[in-house]
Amino acid sequence: MDLSFSSTQKLLRDSAAKFLSAECPYARVKEIEDSEQGYDPVIWAQMADLGWLGCALPEEYGGTASSFVDLIIIQEEIGRRLAPSPFFSTVVQCSELIRAGGSEEQKSELLNAIAEGRLIMSLAQYEPEASYLESGIKMQATPQGDQYILSGVKMFAMDANICGKLITAARVPDMGVTLFLVDADHPDISISKIPTIGKDNACEVILNNAAVPKSDVIGEVGDGWELLEKMNAKAAVAKAAEMVGGSKACVTMAGEYAKMREQYGVPIGGNQAIQHYLANMLVAYDTSYSYLYQVACMVDEGRDFALEASTLKACCNQNYKFISERAVQIHGAIGTTRECDISLFYRKAKACEYACGDTFLHLDNIADSLL
Amino acid sequence: MDYNLTKQQIALKKEFEHFFQEEMKKAPPEYWQSGQFETVYISDAGWEFYKYMKGRYAEKGWAALAWPIEYGGAGLTLMEQLLFDEAQSLYGAPRDIYGIRMFGQAVLVFATEEQRKRILPPIVSGEIQYCQGWSEPNAGSDLAALTTTAVRDGNEYVVNGQKTWTSGAHRSDKIFLLARTDPNSSRGEGLSVFNVDLKLPGIEIRPVHFMNGDHVFNEVYFTDVRVPASELIGGEENDGWRQTRATMNFERSLIAFFAGTRRRLDEFIEYVKTTKRDGRYLAENPIIRHKIAQLHVDIEVGRSLAYSTAFAELSGNMLFSAAAASESRVFGGELYQRVANVTTEIMGLYGQVESSRWAPLHGIASDGYQFNIGFNIGGGTSEIQRNIIAWIGLGMPRLKTVKTK
Repeated sequence: MDLSFSSTQKLLRDSAAKFLSAECPYARVKEIEDSEQGYDPVIWAQMADLGWLGCALPEEYGGTASSFVDLIIIQEEIGRRLAPSPFFSTVVQCSELIRAGGSEEQKSELLNAIAEGRLIMSLAQYEPEASYLESGIKMQATPQGDQYILSGVKMFAMDANICGKLITAARVPDMGVTLFLVDADHPDISISKIPTIGKDNACEVILNNAAVPKSDVIGEVGDGWELLEKMNAKAAVAKAAEMVGGSKACVTMAGEYAKMREQYGVPIGGNQAIQHYLANMLVAYDTSYSYLYQVACMVDEGRDFALEASTLKACCNQNYKFISERAVQIHGAIGTTRECDISLFYRKAKACEYACGDTFLHLDNIADSLL
Repeated sequence: MDYNLTKQQIALKKEFEHFFQEEMKKAPPEYWQSGQFETVYISDAGWEFYKYMKGRYAEKGWAALAWPIEYGGAGLTLMEQLLFDEAQSLYGAPRDIYGIRMFGQAVLVFATEEQRKRILPPIVSGEIQYCQGWSEPNAGSDLAALTTTAVRDGNEYVVNGQKTWTSGAHRSDKIFLLARTDPNSSRGEGLSVFNVDLKLPGIEIRPVHFMNGDHVFNEVYFTDVRVPASELIGGEENDGWRQTRATMNFERSLIAFFAGTRRRLDEFIEYVKTTKRDGRYLAENPIIRHKIAQLHVDIEVGRSLAYSTAFAELSGNMLFSAAAASESRVFGGELYQRVANVTTEIMGLYGQVESSRWAPLHGIASDGYQFNIGFNIGGGTSEIQRNIIAWIGLGMPRLKTVKTK
C-alpha cells in the first residue's frame, strides 16, 4: 500500500493552487457569480493552456491522458478556490459521455475543440419533475425522415447559457433513452438562467419541436441511460472532490478565525465549545478526504465503483454541509455576509449537494445494493 | 394545573386568526419572498406592507396588548400578547420586534414617566420604527466590551463610535443606542441607553450585504453626534447594562419562532402531498414522512417550552428567568435551521432555487437555508445562550476571562 502522491501529482496540485489563487481569488469569485455569463473566458482559456480541459482525454483527441486521480486533484483545488467555470459540465460530464459513446467523427471534432477551450458543453438530463432516475427522462424524440424531433423542458442544465452544444437526453419510441447533440443556437430552443443558492449557471432549456439530424445521436439509439449512469457515477466522485476541497478551506479558515477573533479578552478558539466544533469538522473532513482517494484509485484501476461512488457522495453531501455551516457559526454574524468569504462555501455546499444525485438518491442506491 | 384558555381568550384567539387570515391576503408577492422577520427590510413593497400592518394593529388596539392603557397599550396580560404573537406568526404576518418587543418593553420598566409618555405612544401607533444599537465590530458575543462613547456636554451627550449588524437602520427613524458614559469604566459598569433620532447630524448608515446579496444589515457611524440629555433612558447614567440584559430576555421569549416554523411545516406538508417524483407523491416516501414527523415533534415540544417561558414571565415579574428565555431561543433558532435543512433536502433539485417562477413556495426553502443560520447568531449566539443556560439554569461556574483594558 502506498497512499502518497507521485511527484508529478504534487506538482499538479501546487500549480493548480497557485494558478487559481492568483487568477481567481474569492473577490473575483463573487464578481463572476454576479455576472450574467457566470464564468471568466480568460481563466477558461488559461485552463485550456494548462491542459486541464483535456486531462480526461486520450492524446489523439488533444488530451493529456492523465489518470482519474489527476482530475480529482484539479477538482479538489477548484472546490477549495470555488472557481466558477464550465469545467464540470464540459470536461467531467460531456467530454466523458462523448469519449465513452461518441463516434470517431464526433470524438475527433468535439473532444479536440473541448481540449483547446473552443467548445463549452452542457448536459440537459433533468426535467421539471426533478427526478434523477431513468424514468424521469420523459422528453420525446420522434423520428421523422433522417431527423429526430425533440420537444419538452429540461431543468438544471448547467452552463447551457454559455455553451455551444448541449447533450440532451430524450426517449425514442420503443427504443428508450438516447443522447442527442443539440446546438445551443438552434432556432427552436430557448435557454434561461434559474436563480439558485449557488449563484451558478443552472438553466431551463425549452425544446420546441427542435429537429436534430440522426447523425447527432451519441452512441446507439437506446443506449443513453447506460452512458449517463456510468458517467454520473464518475462525475459524482469528481463532484465529491470539489466538496472535499471546499471542506478543507472551511476548516482552515474557521480555525484561523477562531485563533484571531477575540471576545471576553481571549481568542474564541480558546473556548471548548469552539474547539469541539473544529475537532468534529476536522474528523468529518479527514474521513471524506481519505475515502475520496480510495474511490478515485478504484476508478483508475478499472474496478466497479458504483456503490463506492454513492457512499462517497452521500458522505460528502452531509459533511460539506455540516462543515460549512459550523464554519459560518464560528465566524458569527460576519460569516453571514456577502463580504465574508466563508458564506460562499455555505451556499456552494448546498448547490453541490444536488449535483449528480442528492443524499436520498445515493442512500437509496446503497440500500438497493446492500439489501 | 390547567393548560386551557379561558372563554374570553378563546374568543380573542379566534378574532386574531380571522383578522390575520383576511389581512394577509393583501400581502404583495415581495413580502412573501422575504417574510415576517428581519428580512422584511429587503424590498420596498414588503416594507410598505409591514407599515400598513403596523397601522392596522394600532387601529384594532392590538399593537401592544400587555402594555398599560396610559401608554397606548390594551392593558391585558402577557397571555393575550402570546396568543396574538402566535396567530401573527402562524399567518406569517409582520411584527415590530425592535419597537414593541424590545425597546418599548425596556422603556416601560426603566424609563422616567416623562419618557414613557413621550416614547411609547408613537411606537404603538406605528409611526416610529426603531432599530437596535448594540453590536460593534469588536463587541459581539462580548457586548459589554463596546467602545462607543457618549460624553456629557451641557444639556447634551456627544456620541462617537460605530455600531454594526444594525438590522433595518436604513428604514428606521430611531435607534436605541448602548454607549459608554463613563470613559474610565470597564465592561458593563459604565454603559447607558439613549433614544437617538437617526436624522441627527453626524450619523452615517452604510449597508452590509447578506450572503445572498440582500440588504438587511447596516453599519451605523456616529461622529460628534449631539443627543439631548433628556434621551438618556431612566435619567441616570451607567444603568444601561442592567436595562440591556433585561431587553435581551424580552427578545428571547419568542413564541413567534414556533408559530413561524409551524407555518413553514404546514406549507411544506401541502407541497409534499401535491408533488410527484418518480411515480409517487413525496408524501408517500417513508424517509420523507419520518423527517416531517420529527419536525412536528420538535415544533410541538418547542411551542410548549415557549408557553412555559411566557407563563414564568407572567407569574413572576418582567425580569423572568434568563435561563428559560435562552432555552426557548436556542431551541427555536436551531429548529428554524433544521426546518430549512429538511425542506431544501426533500425538495431535491428545487431546494436550491431562489425566488422566481421556478421556485416552489416562493423560494422560502432556499431563503430559509441562508437566513435561518442567522437565528443562531443574532440576539446572542447559540454558544452564548448555552453558556447562560449552564451558568444560570444549572449553576455551573463561570470561567474567568481576561479583563479588557
